[in-house]
Amino acid sequence: MIKNIEELNALKDRALGNITVRLDRTENPSPEGGKIHILVCGVAGCASSGSLKVAAAIEDEIKKNNLGADVKVIKTGCFGLCAEGPIMMICPEHVMYTKVAPEDVAEIFENHIMGGKIVTRLLAGEKEYEEIEDRLPQIPFFAMQKRIALNNCGIIDPENIDEYIALDGYQALAKVLNEYEPDEVIDEIKKSGLRGRGGGGFPTGRKWESSAVVQDHEKYVICNADEGDPGAFMDRSILEGDPHSVIEAMIINGYAVGARQGYIYVRAEYPVAVKRLGVAIRQAEEYGLLGNNILGKGFNFNLEVRLGAGAFVCGEGSALMTSIEGKRGEPRPKPPRSAEKGLWKKPTVLNNVETYANIPQIIRKGADWFNSIGTEKSKGTKVFALGGKINNIGLVEVPMGTTLRQIVYDIGGGIPDGGTFKAAQTGGPSGGCLPAEHLDTPIDYDSLTKLGSMMGSGGLIVMDEHTCMVDLARFFLDFTVDESCGKCPPCRIGTKRMHEILVRITEGKGTLEDLDKLEVLARNIKASALCGLGQSAPNPVLSTLKYFRDEYIAHVVDKKCPAGVCVSMIKYKIDTDVCKRCGICKKGCPTQCISGDKNTPFAIDQDKCVKCGLCMEKCPFKAILKNA
Amino acid sequence: MNKVHITIDGIKLYVPENYTILQAAKEVNITIPTLCFLKDINEIGCCRMCVVEVKGSKALQAACVHPVKEGMEVFTHTPKVMEARKVNLELILSNHDAMCQTCTRSWMDCELQTLANKLSVENVRFEGDRKRLPLDIGVSIVRDPNKCILCRRCIGACKNIQTVGVIDTMNRGFNTVIGSPFGMKLEDTPCTNCGQCINVCPVAALHEKGDADRVWEALNDPKKHVVVQTAPAVRVALGEEFNMNIGEAVTGKMVTALRMLGFDKVFDTDTAADLTIMEEGAELIDRIRGGGKLPLITSCSPGWIKFCEHNFPDLLDNVSSCKSPHQMFGAVLKSYYAEKEGIDPDDIFVVSVMPCTAKKFEAARPEMQVDGHADVDVVLTTRELGKMIYDVGIDFPDLGDSDFDDPFGEATGAGVIFGTTGGVMEAALRTVADLLNGTSADNIEYEEVRGLEGIKIAKLQVADLELRAAVAHGLGNARKLMDAIRSGETFHFVEIMACPGGCINGGGQPLQLSDVRNWIDIKAERAKSLYQEDRKMFIRKSHNNPAVKKLYKEYLGMAGGKQSHKLLHTHYTPRKNYED
Repeated sequence: MIKNIEELNALKDRALGNITVRLDRTENPSPEGGKIHILVCGVAGCASSGSLKVAAAIEDEIKKNNLGADVKVIKTGCFGLCAEGPIMMICPEHVMYTKVAPEDVAEIFENHIMGGKIVTRLLAGEKEYEEIEDRLPQIPFFAMQKRIALNNCGIIDPENIDEYIALDGYQALAKVLNEYEPDEVIDEIKKSGLRGRGGGGFPTGRKWESSAVVQDHEKYVICNADEGDPGAFMDRSILEGDPHSVIEAMIINGYAVGARQGYIYVRAEYPVAVKRLGVAIRQAEEYGLLGNNILGKGFNFNLEVRLGAGAFVCGEGSALMTSIEGKRGEPRPKPPRSAEKGLWKKPTVLNNVETYANIPQIIRKGADWFNSIGTEKSKGTKVFALGGKINNIGLVEVPMGTTLRQIVYDIGGGIPDGGTFKAAQTGGPSGGCLPAEHLDTPIDYDSLTKLGSMMGSGGLIVMDEHTCMVDLARFFLDFTVDESCGKCPPCRIGTKRMHEILVRITEGKGTLEDLDKLEVLARNIKASALCGLGQSAPNPVLSTLKYFRDEYIAHVVDKKCPAGVCVSMIKYKIDTDVCKRCGICKKGCPTQCISGDKNTPFAIDQDKCVKCGLCMEKCPFKAILKNA
Repeated sequence: MNKVHITIDGIKLYVPENYTILQAAKEVNITIPTLCFLKDINEIGCCRMCVVEVKGSKALQAACVHPVKEGMEVFTHTPKVMEARKVNLELILSNHDAMCQTCTRSWMDCELQTLANKLSVENVRFEGDRKRLPLDIGVSIVRDPNKCILCRRCIGACKNIQTVGVIDTMNRGFNTVIGSPFGMKLEDTPCTNCGQCINVCPVAALHEKGDADRVWEALNDPKKHVVVQTAPAVRVALGEEFNMNIGEAVTGKMVTALRMLGFDKVFDTDTAADLTIMEEGAELIDRIRGGGKLPLITSCSPGWIKFCEHNFPDLLDNVSSCKSPHQMFGAVLKSYYAEKEGIDPDDIFVVSVMPCTAKKFEAARPEMQVDGHADVDVVLTTRELGKMIYDVGIDFPDLGDSDFDDPFGEATGAGVIFGTTGGVMEAALRTVADLLNGTSADNIEYEEVRGLEGIKIAKLQVADLELRAAVAHGLGNARKLMDAIRSGETFHFVEIMACPGGCINGGGQPLQLSDVRNWIDIKAERAKSLYQEDRKMFIRKSHNNPAVKKLYKEYLGMAGGKQSHKLLHTHYTPRKNYED
């Protein structure tokens, strides 16, 4: 139990000693708690690729070599370079190894831990750093990043509150309770320029203020952790890697607006996040950082986790609150705004995970510090989940205003297999595509909206020339149709009709009139759907129509899919000039639609061909052409 | 109430701050089209028909729920607004079983059709996949999910107003349907058959189980003596089926039309209402004097009875054992009347025209028969009768008046007001007061139990007794009152009617469009008309009804006696909400 700020500080000093070995800022690692710390990412992508087995192998190796006093393994949150997982980092020297298999562990121990020699073949990024002083920032993936929200991820053990406290955890709360009136907290957040990271980009300070000014003894703060965009896992990583930062922020939020109860609405498909939140809340309660009379300052605040059942629409604020109330998760029309009548019809503040993760540092380091990062109207950093046709699939955090080119090429390592960048999709199913011509746009809320996309929660999917933009729009509408709550006709039926038209087009049955219908539907869904998700559902179609109309025209007029994706429009043909009549294609064809022999030219019966592409793959002479 | 300045289509207004845009627009004679909105019942802004532009808002706003605000500027018919309404309606139509020619709603005003007309929808541009689901056909109610447009008014009525909640949205997105838990048939759920869902449905996704065919069959059978009785609330609503004024009393025309349809006898259920008062009055006095279970709760409303069997089985002993008036009448017709007229009860076919869908279920209850004869053979709703009259080409509004047949031709004002909330209570009070006081009171209008307040509580001095009475209408209010009784609040006599407003707003009554219901309280109009009918009556107390007196004298003996119990009383069965 931490009774006051002095006790918190004392604990911080003690706890810091245990982890100084992991921090860049210390030149003399403290021997307490082990001289060498091996950090293994224990979440998300790395866990999927076997990092927990690696961690177990390390434990074994420690035992085997009797290194218990000197070497310690810590399962941390995400480092970001998910495609290269399992990832481990050895401290104090901060050497990062990637794609580590359990079999590699013995070698790492023999050469590095005990021999002082880096295992070059497992190094991250450019593999020429052999010297022990090589540090993370020299890896291009990390060089341009600036970590605020992900600050502690990959450094601390998320299930150990002491490690969070060691890194100034709960100092912001202490500062607020000690030095700030509630309205001063709001002023600070307003001054910082922080905007909501969940998608809308509403100024966080103003959101807090509009709830704070409502007179009511019962208010709520809610953390929206119902991350649902396909491919997005920013919030998940924060919850799994640094849950206390969110908890601390929520307590501060409660203090600022006058709420004594908070809820974290997290999707049940994030079991690790749910577990870690549970552990973190329990630890905070045990320390008296949640509950009554926090830090002896007379402020009471409690926090509960509520599980979402996997409906995308429950990420929409009012639907989320309806869901917490135990009802069918559906949005309601606004006004009244949630700040006035939210959960249980009481004033409610809802912030996204990443938004909250910024708060403690804003309080600790000051609004001006935060304000100095980013662009004029978008301050701070943004975490993106990089995915698609890009080399460094993973999680990156960059200052607002970083260009798409920097993210895709400098951080993301460019397009695999020498491919060409075609477009990047941001904002998930509510967002749109940015074509190559906008690669140099500094990314912030306003620039993305201006280009017909949106920041969204931070999914960033890169596409190359092999992506069909019509098919991409169809994919997103597929998702939207599936996830529509069904309350209002524009979304319930309108997106379904759009999807039907897109399917028609990708099947080669579309007409030019269909394009007009798509536009009419899109325009009206945008204008009249009940909630923000419905209103933004047509965006993937609108933005592809805007930037890639030629591709739509090719589908409906020429009945061709330029990217060679839409199966119905693919045509395989044998180039008889190149064909050596070896017969390999004929043997491999599952529908036996290839005819020909030594004396007769080989040909494909188009009616029977199912476009599996096996012949093209098998042909040793590259005599089979696609869409020629 | 504070007021705010707003502008609608350039017109400046000064309206109360609790107004919605829809209400404000009405003040300047602009009726914004609505579909899902139904005042007090469904205010969720989901259909997106009433969208308007509000200056400063990027997206269009639902006028039905959007509050006004000082300085607000609203535009109700910009191209953006008009296109959105039209596209959304086309989308709804693209997933609607639009076989209008054969639709049960087509002879009444279908709100969807009206709206399509209003928005000049001339073709549906966005055809595609359409739902094709099986119908749910029960003894009282039919649900047709293929006609359903998911406006959710039925949910508002069933769940929020009636607190029955046996239907709700299921699945999501395009697969959303209104359904019962576990996909059960409605009649297997704790549905009370009140039919309020039908009354609010803008299309034909909900309607009563039609029984006109069975009536026609009987009418065309020369062996059958077909007798019809009409409930009090029917006469103040039937005219609405023929575009007459809301609540206009058409008793005489109705009797004429029924004769024209070929019924052998046309009786007034009001007579049986008087009979009910005699029986129930006796039961009340008996319980008060004999220290029986109190309060005594009325049993005229079959929706309420089933609700009580499901939700308050522990209080079933409080419910009067009296059958509802039309069931009593049926039993009397197949015994006393049959004997008197020398007709074999097997050949008597009793049709009840009721404002009610629950009465269809009630008539089918196994306990509702005497000596193997079902009291009532068919229950028709007011709507079904209207359709029968319409089908044979009778120009109803132009008909002359006729009187009900004897020997039950005489009814009282007390029987008439049975059709509205508080009416049964008032009728009972008129009789019980006289019986207990041993006098004949002149002041017989009990204002304290009239009106549309959800729960009405009155204290009345009757002889040496301070009688505590309570009246609830609508099952939501009934639940509240019953919870209070369960937790110890004491009354002598309680009247409960399942439908808000009572039978005048029963589930079988003529449908009024939301465009009407949002601005006029049809319950109040119809009730007003019933009270006017009461005042016109020569006899206004049940115990003074000569036909009833004669019936007791000639056949039943005394109220609450053995013969009465055989014919006029019933029993109830506790029911589970959902089977385990």
